[in-house]
Amino acid sequence: MSLLQVKNLVVEFPSRHGTLRALDEISFDIAPGEILGVVGESGAGKSLTGASIIGLLEPPGRIASGQILLEGQRIDNLNNDQMRSIRGRKIGAIFQDPLTSLNPLYSVGKQLTETIQAHLPVSDQEARQRAIALLQDTGISAAAERIDHYPHQFSGGMRQRVVIALALAAEPQLIVADEPTTALDVSIQAQIISLLKNVCKKRGAAVMLITHDMGVIAETCDRVAVMYAGRIAEIGPVHQVINHPEHPYTVGLMASIPDMDVDRERLNQIDGAMPRLNAIPKGCAFNPRCPQVFDRCLQERPDLAAVSRSGQNTPTQVACWLHHANTLEGVS
Amino acid sequence: MSVPNSPQNSQALVIARDLAKTFDVSAPWLSRVIERKPRQLLKAVDGVSFEIERGKTLALVGESGCGKSTVARLLVGLYEPTRGGLTFDGQDAHAAFKSSDAKAMRKRIQMIFQDPYASLNPRWTVEAIVGEPLHEHGLIKDEQELKDRVAELLKSVGLSALDMVKYPHQFSGGQRQRISIARALATAPEFLVCDEPTSALDVSVQAQVLNIMKDLQRERGLTYLFISHNLAVVRHVSDKVGVMYLGQLVELADKHTLFDNPQHPYTRMLLDAIPKMKDTGRARTPVQGEVPNPLNPPLGCSFNPRCPLANERCRNERPVLKSFKGINVACHAVEEGRH
Amino acid sequence: MLAKPAVIEANSLKKDLDGMSNPISRWLSSDVGYSFRNSKTAMVAAFIAFVFIFCALFAKWVAPYDPFDAASLELMDSLLPPAWSADGSTKYLLGTDDQGRDILSALMYGTRISLVVGMASVMLSLVVGVSLGLIAGFRGGWLDAFLMRLCDVMLSFPAILVALLIAGVGRAVFPNADESLAFGVLIISISLTGWVQYARTVRGTTLVERNKEYVQAARVTGVAPLRIMLRHVLPNVLGPVTVLATIQVASAIITEATLSFLGVGVPPTSPSLGTLIRIGNDFLFSGEWWITIFPGLTLVLIALSVNLLGDWLRDALNPRLR
Repeated sequence: MSLLQVKNLVVEFPSRHGTLRALDEISFDIAPGEILGVVGESGAGKSLTGASIIGLLEPPGRIASGQILLEGQRIDNLNNDQMRSIRGRKIGAIFQDPLTSLNPLYSVGKQLTETIQAHLPVSDQEARQRAIALLQDTGISAAAERIDHYPHQFSGGMRQRVVIALALAAEPQLIVADEPTTALDVSIQAQIISLLKNVCKKRGAAVMLITHDMGVIAETCDRVAVMYAGRIAEIGPVHQVINHPEHPYTVGLMASIPDMDVDRERLNQIDGAMPRLNAIPKGCAFNPRCPQVFDRCLQERPDLAAVSRSGQNTPTQVACWLHHANTLEGVS
Repeated sequence: MSVPNSPQNSQALVIARDLAKTFDVSAPWLSRVIERKPRQLLKAVDGVSFEIERGKTLALVGESGCGKSTVARLLVGLYEPTRGGLTFDGQDAHAAFKSSDAKAMRKRIQMIFQDPYASLNPRWTVEAIVGEPLHEHGLIKDEQELKDRVAELLKSVGLSALDMVKYPHQFSGGQRQRISIARALATAPEFLVCDEPTSALDVSVQAQVLNIMKDLQRERGLTYLFISHNLAVVRHVSDKVGVMYLGQLVELADKHTLFDNPQHPYTRMLLDAIPKMKDTGRARTPVQGEVPNPLNPPLGCSFNPRCPLANERCRNERPVLKSFKGINVACHAVEEGRH
Repeated sequence: MLAKPAVIEANSLKKDLDGMSNPISRWLSSDVGYSFRNSKTAMVAAFIAFVFIFCALFAKWVAPYDPFDAASLELMDSLLPPAWSADGSTKYLLGTDDQGRDILSALMYGTRISLVVGMASVMLSLVVGVSLGLIAGFRGGWLDAFLMRLCDVMLSFPAILVALLIAGVGRAVFPNADESLAFGVLIISISLTGWVQYARTVRGTTLVERNKEYVQAARVTGVAPLRIMLRHVLPNVLGPVTVLATIQVASAIITEATLSFLGVGVPPTSPSLGTLIRIGNDFLFSGEWWITIFPGLTLVLIALSVNLLGDWLRDALNPRLR
């Protein structure tokens, strides 16, 4: 059974220009212990998806329809108190800026033990032991001493490790990580993504990793969802999506990333820009920029449909009429 | 200190010699007196030398605190160097910046910044923004001619002439960056310093902007200094690459040599750390530690606490950029053949 | 971060305003105009303020009588209550004072004086404060430190006391001063403590804007520092200043009223609302309440409407300051 199920989630923002649909019927699952990457450019809605799941959607944004189920129970319609008991205990969160994720006035240990004791019935002693173990697991040396240090006494990378420890403190089953490495240097980034992957696998926590960096996704995730203009364009096992992208947007995206290994004179560019929320075209949102657009694309919005190719255990799902045509005719 | 093994190159447009910049980041005078705090000096750039030939691109890469942004600002005259000098087309650039002839120099060197949202004055129209350098240097006096020139500049970066009347907030990040480029090109400069111009942009937009920059370089023979922390982008745009660490250049080589055969342990670590899309299962040297506090750099080679090849000499003696088989590296291990 | 990106996208959508027929409809369809149309408080406050300003500006034509023309006064009509009470007369809507002056007309002329003094002192504080704030923020160093300490010192004095002091000194130094000098001294004394707020706000914003890349771009191009300060930075620091100025008009008017009430404000020949309140005060306990209450109410209404407008303006400008 899936750990997290998102079904036809719609998130809207009422504004003076009318109601804007920021997320337009998103559906995906996360299996227990799986790392799902959610990738997209600015404005695609990936951070909003994370926020909706944790229940931190800022008003006037609201969930207009659809469901979010955690272990079979709906969590999108809970009130604040109920959500608070879920947050931390079942879902942990890691945000982009380690500086503002930690309270500068309390020691790291205090923040950890407070979180642990808020959700688990353990004694002070026990909580402290667990906190030290967590810090050790996240690679902070001399954890027994550093547990009493304050956030400003840690460097950026170390702070992000503490944030990861904090997210794991109450032993949640799902961690939502929103751009956890974007603010870090390249060499630290490598350390943190490998830490995230290992420590989550070890503790059996599933991760929803939101980022715009495909390289990070390639190194950490099992599956990836590519978002465009508030919809999912493609979702599937990570190596399939990266090496054999199906959706024209994913193809264009992969081609515009400068490659470390190959010299190219020009980068492939996708002309135009992602549409603003109040100007999403009819039919497929990508149709104005798509090199392979045809009539149906301008009229109807495509659903996610599986595209099976030989040698694949799990087919990639693509929201594209090109591939619907293929699957219908049995062409692969 | 001249770059080792390079003849006095009359071809090179930009020659930086032993550039250094130290900032005084001490606490205010009153606090220092009362709390007896010492003066604190930050050596943001500590002896950097390089040359850029006409029409080529030198990229400077490094992580936070390495001083690459400071070098960029030294090159355009926003800062004055504490030590060392900059020669532009045979002239002493910083003397020119201070003289009455400063404008002539400033016409030829321009800069593009990282943040597309802060690099355009939100209260000015695009026409005013792009036209300002033209006004300032008195290049065009007639109103209509100015408008025409601005239209031409906007078209050359892929925008339309009608965009002139709009305000920056009406454009996306990528478009704003193009407006910045148009502004930088207004005086027909020869040298452009680009400080992380695409770091704040999405991947597909980055591709558009990088393509434009390359096209413009080809069409107009522009010389670029390209600052970035993204090695993949650097690989795409540069001819020569310099790697900086804590204010010093640790390696300087041409692009292919650096990427195919990196010498300095830091360069190797950096290249290894980049998440790769195709080669995800590779064995890697685990990265050690973090960049130390620039206020208190380690003695000797500033990389020694993190370096797998550090020896006694590394801990005491600071290495100098030396040439080995066509690359310039500052490393004792390389010099001693230990790597 | 979390929910912000889409909100920024939504908020940064601007309709293309080229093609709008006139500045007023352009303003009304802008974000600030939209916020105005949606805020009943703002619209009511604006309306009230507009009425007062109109009456004040056009007092000569709008007021039924000229209360300061001694020849037109009729002593027989003195101390009449407002028109709706028993002994009142419709000739004098709000009653008359002990010399037969129509209260309504006196209010209009008095409002004019109050508004003129209030706005003039705010203008003066604004010019001085913004200039000093810009210079402090831009130059930094010891000049900045000195100016900020000056601000701290000025803030430690209560505004009324400073005003009293200056006004008192003014009278002592120029005992036979004519009216315009007296007004000048009054305006200076009110603005003497007002400039500090502007200086501080502008300095803070200047410090932020100075480090922004568009300023650096101007420096790279070779634009002179003075020009950068005036043409680049100044337009960007004026936002919070507008809000401050609106709110300070209210407090300047009240300060002037207080000073006039205490007798050290406007000269008696040009009574402002404060003077009228003082005059009427003597009659309060003998039952002629209207002579002091109406000027008091007017003062309250003006101050309230201007304050509400200022509050609304601060909120309307805020979400756009991202």
